[in-house]
Amino acid sequence: MPVFNLQINGKEYKTDVAADTPLLWVLRDHLGLVGTKYGCGVAQCGACTVLLDGNAVRACTFPVSAIKTAKVITIEGLSENGDHPVQQAWDEVDVPQCGYCQAGQIMTAAAFLKKKPKPTMQEIDEAMHPNICRCGAYHRIREAVKLASTKI
Amino acid sequence: MTTQNKTSRREFLKISSMTGGGLLLGFSWFSADAGAPVIINKTNFVGELGFNSYLSIGTDGTITIFSPNPELGQNIMTSFPMIVAEELDADWTKVKVVQAPLDTVKFERQVTGGSGAIPHSWKRLRTAGATARYLLIAAAAKRWNVDAAECTASNGFVLHEKSGNKLGYGELAEEASKLTAPTTVPLKNRKDFKIIGSAVRNVENKNILTGKGVFGLDFHREGMVIAMIQRPPAFGTKIKSVDAEAAKAMPGIIDVVTFKNYVAVVGKTTWEIMKARKAVNVEYEKDGNIESTADHDQLFTSLLNSDKPQQRRKDGDVDAAFKSAAKVLSSEYQCPFIPHNPMEPMNFFADVRADGVELVGPTQVPASTRTAVSKMLNIPEDKITLNITRLGGGFGRRLKTDFALEAAELSSIIKKPVKLIWSREDDMMGGSYRPAVRYRFEAALDAQGNLIGYKLRGVGINLNNSTREDNFPSGAVDNLLIDSVEHISPITTGPWRAPVTNFLAFAEQSFLDEVASAAGKDPVQFRLELLQKARTKPVGAIKYNIDRMETVIKTAAEKAGWGTKKGVSQGFSVYFSHASYVAQVCDVEMKAGKPVVKKIYAVSDCGEVINKSGALQQVMGAIVDGYGHAMYGRLTFKDGAPVQKNFGEYRLIRMKEIPEIEAHFVDNGIDPTGLGEPALPPTGGAVANALFKATGKRLKNQPFIEEPLFKPTKAF
Repeated sequence: MPVFNLQINGKEYKTDVAADTPLLWVLRDHLGLVGTKYGCGVAQCGACTVLLDGNAVRACTFPVSAIKTAKVITIEGLSENGDHPVQQAWDEVDVPQCGYCQAGQIMTAAAFLKKKPKPTMQEIDEAMHPNICRCGAYHRIREAVKLASTKI
Repeated sequence: MTTQNKTSRREFLKISSMTGGGLLLGFSWFSADAGAPVIINKTNFVGELGFNSYLSIGTDGTITIFSPNPELGQNIMTSFPMIVAEELDADWTKVKVVQAPLDTVKFERQVTGGSGAIPHSWKRLRTAGATARYLLIAAAAKRWNVDAAECTASNGFVLHEKSGNKLGYGELAEEASKLTAPTTVPLKNRKDFKIIGSAVRNVENKNILTGKGVFGLDFHREGMVIAMIQRPPAFGTKIKSVDAEAAKAMPGIIDVVTFKNYVAVVGKTTWEIMKARKAVNVEYEKDGNIESTADHDQLFTSLLNSDKPQQRRKDGDVDAAFKSAAKVLSSEYQCPFIPHNPMEPMNFFADVRADGVELVGPTQVPASTRTAVSKMLNIPEDKITLNITRLGGGFGRRLKTDFALEAAELSSIIKKPVKLIWSREDDMMGGSYRPAVRYRFEAALDAQGNLIGYKLRGVGINLNNSTREDNFPSGAVDNLLIDSVEHISPITTGPWRAPVTNFLAFAEQSFLDEVASAAGKDPVQFRLELLQKARTKPVGAIKYNIDRMETVIKTAAEKAGWGTKKGVSQGFSVYFSHASYVAQVCDVEMKAGKPVVKKIYAVSDCGEVINKSGALQQVMGAIVDGYGHAMYGRLTFKDGAPVQKNFGEYRLIRMKEIPEIEAHFVDNGIDPTGLGEPALPPTGGAVANALFKATGKRLKNQPFIEEPLFKPTKAF
């Protein structure tokens, strides 16, 4: 199996996996980074969202071989002490219910706010629409994205 | 006999009470006859105390509370400790919550389900906190040599105003632990509550928001293998033959094992297993009824006319009432099967060894899981430990033990520690659904528009009783008949958030709207008149409280500006479930000829609100859940197999589809009741009634999105 050199959360990782292995399973099964969640495996729910050179991607369908030299950021590496503006806002608004989808929601919001630091509510809805929250915490997700935008 | 579990628990106690010093108080969250909390010390902690939780106050002032109930987003890990901390006058920032493992010796109801934990534990939690506070004050009074009555407690300190003395709980904990606990303690007056009723953030936020592996799927044990199971794709079929040779030869695959109706692919990593599953060839054959959604539709029609219904309630003379009626209405409502779809698919870790069994994972029922594993493997329960992880949602799905049993059986066969993972497709196709139901309602009105007769028949699949016969409007109608008919299907079903009422409430509240309209009455006024009738001339026994239901109805109408808004069509709904009352008003506006669900108002009476933040989450989440599934949720079957297999085909509500929600609570100081479920049942009815008002189209089947009203091609 080919060896892939990956840069994740500012660290170098070497992993020996089949080329079609989705980044999600490399993170979870091979590197022990379990903050990125498996929800559907078909890029429909967003629970596995990570940043690839700053862009939000669905790790469950993104093959490790396509990463090449791109820098990966997962929820574990979004901030040193869990104090990224989006994480702060999520805590202040008290978003999580079961919490399972929240890593993906946060990574989606972080990528979005990087590109659009002062979004309208409508733009927030568009950006967060692809991520499912089964507990229905959407109102607070929306509020937290808005709050985070005042902190960035 | 000392079990493994008890040993580990005692070790925890040793650590907290010996090395840390301080006060360790045992109390029961569940046992009705457990009496007052007791100080745990060297002499008594080795015995059987009968207490199921421990409140410890370390010499550094840290307060630790064991949380026994599985946490799946109902926020029990935050609200339980809040109640203790309130009576303790603790500094909330020093409270730590630890998830307890399963311990059936100490715990009586280590279950998450039925919105039952808070009402069950309210008084016991308060007493525990108040007892600790009493002891800390007594210890301080003794040290200062003053009367305890002159001392007060606040925010983690005991104060003596006259002398200006002040000591932290940590400084007093050791001395408090040497005093005798009182058998009764006074509890606070609710006007003095500081923590209860405030908005407190989830105690697990930090772990969740930084991606700590707190869920079952995140669990890892050195040396464990991973497995996925191929189950029959259709209900009513069984394995005929298995060819797994190709799969076994694939990279990372350790074995392919067939047992019962399962083909388990065991390997090192998830992706390798997912790929190998596709290479397993399994042939299936018929093993029972093969049912399709079309069959259910026909079946419902014939069962509605069954002459062998199970009678649930009968008041007065229904036949006579319908014969004498000036107007008779009849209406049928139907919902489809829906899966629970918690975001974290089913999974469990099991390690079956000669000396015992270790289980770890997300379950709403740790005790029944252990019992079931014990029975299946014929291993005594005291040789089985079970640790509860956080649950990535449950909605009732994890009340079933199937996935844990699969993991345990597989581990016993392959003799390895194994983490069993269900894919999303496994989860959606794996059964235990909210079953499809059809209801037929009939109403008889006299010439003045009074409801003189009422009939309800529920036809359900694997639902013993698809009705709630003692709920509103029972008690308010002189002549009433409620019965049900059941069909047993091989499609597995189970409780789904607010079982039965999640759809019954929609059907009933929609029908009452139809009746109000036929009687020429305002829907709110009509419900209030029925309640007045139940109050003044009650018929039979009822389970709901008339005053509380009336209050939520009136408050919701007032908050929503019922009947006062221009350009807005409003729908009303009210429901009593899990001992709580929720009334909702939905605002619909027309935009370019299409109805838009703009806003839902909710007024909930769950008694005392413990955590304002958590309570709002439960109400708003339940409304989004109720609305989303009424609007989009539908699992269909073709030849016994679920047609929708993943979120591409099965639609869950998303951000752009949510209405605005305004939630209020009745502030009545009544002992708290459940809130995980009660706000869901009324939502579908409020929405459908508003849509009717706006468009004149009555939605009788879920999901609404399949109805002509929402078909993009059809004008209305």
